[in-house]
Amino acid sequence: MAQAAAAGVEPAVLGPGTVAITLSVNGTPRALEIEPRTTLAEALRGPLALTGTKIGCNRGGCSACTVWLDGAPVCSCMVLAIDVGGRSVTTIEGLAQGETLHPVQAAFIEHDALQCGYCTPGMVMSCAALVRDKPNPTADDVRSAISGHVCRCGTYPHVVAATLAAATGHKA
Amino acid sequence: MANEEASRTATFPSGIVGVGLGEVRRNIPADEPPPLPPNAELAVIGKPVARHDGRAKVTGATRFTVDVVLPGMLHGGILRSPLPHARVRAIDVAAATHHPGARAVVMVARPGDAKTGVVRYAGAAVAAVAATSMAAAEEALRLIRVDYEPLPFVVDLDQARDPAAPPVHDGASLPAGNPSGYPAPAGLPVQGNVHGPAVARRGDVVGGFAQADVQVEGEYRTQVQTHCCMEPHAVVADWRADGLTVYISTQYTAGVRHELAEAFGLPLNRVRVIVEGMGGGFGSKSSLGNYGRLAAMLSRQAGAPVRIVLDRKEEQTDAGNRPGTSQHVRMGARRDGSLTAISVVSYGTAGVALGAGVGNFAESLYECPNFEGAQHDVFINAGPGCAMRAPGAVQGAWALEQSLDELAERLALDPLVLRDRLDPSPVRREERRIGAERIAWHRRHAPGADTGPVKRGIGVAQSLWSANVRTNSSCEVRVMRDGSVAVLSSVQDIGTGTGTVMAQAVAEVLGVSPAAIAVRIGDTEFPAGPPSYGSLATASITPPARTAAWRVLQVLFREAGSLLKAAPEELVARDGRIVVRGDPGRSIAFAEAAAHLRTDVVSAVASRADDYGGFRRRMGDGGMAQQDLGGVQFAAVAVDTETGIVRVERVVAVQDCGRPMNPRQIESQVQGGVLMGMSFALFEERLLDRRTGRMVNPNLEQYKLAGSCETPQIDVVVLENYQGNSATDAYGIAEPSNIATAPAIGNAVYNAIGVRMRSLPMTPAAVLAALGKVPSRL
Repeated sequence: MAQAAAAGVEPAVLGPGTVAITLSVNGTPRALEIEPRTTLAEALRGPLALTGTKIGCNRGGCSACTVWLDGAPVCSCMVLAIDVGGRSVTTIEGLAQGETLHPVQAAFIEHDALQCGYCTPGMVMSCAALVRDKPNPTADDVRSAISGHVCRCGTYPHVVAATLAAATGHKA
Repeated sequence: MANEEASRTATFPSGIVGVGLGEVRRNIPADEPPPLPPNAELAVIGKPVARHDGRAKVTGATRFTVDVVLPGMLHGGILRSPLPHARVRAIDVAAATHHPGARAVVMVARPGDAKTGVVRYAGAAVAAVAATSMAAAEEALRLIRVDYEPLPFVVDLDQARDPAAPPVHDGASLPAGNPSGYPAPAGLPVQGNVHGPAVARRGDVVGGFAQADVQVEGEYRTQVQTHCCMEPHAVVADWRADGLTVYISTQYTAGVRHELAEAFGLPLNRVRVIVEGMGGGFGSKSSLGNYGRLAAMLSRQAGAPVRIVLDRKEEQTDAGNRPGTSQHVRMGARRDGSLTAISVVSYGTAGVALGAGVGNFAESLYECPNFEGAQHDVFINAGPGCAMRAPGAVQGAWALEQSLDELAERLALDPLVLRDRLDPSPVRREERRIGAERIAWHRRHAPGADTGPVKRGIGVAQSLWSANVRTNSSCEVRVMRDGSVAVLSSVQDIGTGTGTVMAQAVAEVLGVSPAAIAVRIGDTEFPAGPPSYGSLATASITPPARTAAWRVLQVLFREAGSLLKAAPEELVARDGRIVVRGDPGRSIAFAEAAAHLRTDVVSAVASRADDYGGFRRRMGDGGMAQQDLGGVQFAAVAVDTETGIVRVERVVAVQDCGRPMNPRQIESQVQGGVLMGMSFALFEERLLDRRTGRMVNPNLEQYKLAGSCETPQIDVVVLENYQGNSATDAYGIAEPSNIATAPAIGNAVYNAIGVRMRSLPMTPAAVLAALGKVPSRL
């Protein structure tokens, strides 16, 4: 907007009607029509039917809706879909390679790092980003990576154990 | 098999493994399977089998209620009162009805109506709209005009007890039922906002206190805690001419079906209730709820499916909570530690509802000839409480277990020694022994003995929870001609792993892999299963799962017997084969035997028999086992006396759930119970603004929950305790694991700083105030 003003051009006004955008989701361009107020979480769950991403509080307080934007974990309820632009979006549905689970997903099953499973997709996304960026994390690294995630079932100890095991598996 | 009267005698393992395993003879129904040996002799039960739905959950494939989308589905929203107490003089819904997206409008508050014409808490439903999108529903809700006449209100427990306090209820609105799961007797007196007391009495407390050499007395308080299920309360109601189908995030599909049938005058066979993924309940999703009823009403009116999902603010204000309490506890004892009297007078508040009692903890945990309890409910203008993970017991334990520690100190007795004298339970005796060893209890120092600013301490507390059973619990097992197996029931899995332990029970009988069994649950089209509350699901559904599998196996044995030229009684099923006992060379594959079945599917339905040893108490469709579920927890804390921050460093939880079906899932659940208890002890509190009556922290960032960085090391030890009471002898664990944590932490904090914290939560401000370093916040 600042750039537009500096150039003496009125910024384009979008909405309140729908706007056509294209999101790159799990490696595939997806065209959709959304109102500008639509969050990324709503766009994924609604028009794109990718309901693995969960909404828990819808205001960035629980991290259940965590997806990757260009590889970085973000709360998708705090990002407007029209602001995503060309950045790549990775959701829980895009983490496994075909039938082969991501090591963090496999470790979550093995270590029972889930109970009701509602916070699990978000947890998995944060832990998978951690082991990618830091192949030898400590337990404190994992706790820190999931410190914004709320799990009422109390899976934190098993999430830490699973993520550490997955990181070890990565090395092997 | 058909003869229900027929029975036989069988010998079961009995006792606690590691303490003394004996035998008990039971008379059991003839159509129940033979006794199950201890876990060490089993292939599948008692093993850390991975969840059957683990893959679906880690890939996001599990369909929760919030994910359900039906063709033509509308979105429902609820208009809620901004005022804590007001008479609704008029509601004008005309503009909302004419909103282009609106398809149905329902009024909840009806001006002039004795029951609904007054709203009694901020957040109470006033009207509801279904529209083509959530945004349209919100717009339509904003077009509804409500004329409120504000009424005086009270949102504070102590102020509400004042006879001059504004009355929350009038005769017409006074709640009759009790949603908390801890029923108060009917016909109790009501004076002002105070309902009760419910009195329990044994012996003579006045005489008992007169005999006491030592007495302790204290006022304990617990705050209001909210459930904070990660999946909000959610429903999709689909009303059609031929029946009503409701998808709902519920702890009890069969119960919700009953409620819907009754509310809408439908026969049970026209109502179907479904839940696949279920994102946590903790007591708050035990019944249909206002939102569920509204979704069905809106769907009927609109002629289309209607979805309602509460937002987080609605969750925090109108989806139930654990009632707050104020408890006056007095205990008397002789020099040798024997108790002479206990009295508990409690005042609790479940907002506009009943159910704020403190349970039977003080009455039942310790041997004491003289007891008197008087429990009062106090109404305030706040959202209704409901059952929450060990309702009443969590609050009662906070007071009693700290009082007992205080008594031990006055008697100069070790808290464990005193409990050994007073607690008759052999289960908790063993649990205390194991836990004390793990936490290194012998190193516990005198209260406040550390010299630095960070002071450490260790504490212990115990739990008591009845081993509940629902006999209205059925399960079907099907074997197909290709040898595949399915287990079916309306029972739901709220995250505990119910489907997995059912598959284990079936797999053990049939000698097949639990992973190969299709688990079909959470749908009332299947045989009616139990609720997932009261820690009764495992106790109620695993025995019929094993029994149904055993009955189907007898059919298969007849086919296999003729193929193997052996009598069915000579056959056993193991490792995917049916084998002649004592002659392992003669066997056929399970699938091969199945291929000879007369029909594509052979199935058996079984229901939960009464406990073989009989119930201690039978209540309607349920019963209480003879033995309670005992648990003992130890906590180690570090208290920073300069900042007031309490850090829990370690918790050792030693628990009993009869036969452990799946130790890994049990460990998960116990960790969850401990964390919920720790979060209750240190962080959580619903805060209501006394001037506006509104909740000031109706979210997940200011309503503080324990997170990964606060999580201590948690050691979970589970006893193997056999009673010979059912086809699996398994009981629940969810609630027992949540009861002892807060008082164990409270006793540890006392051991650390030498000051007893009697009010929850133990925030830094409260700790500093208790240490005399800052003024009390009140």
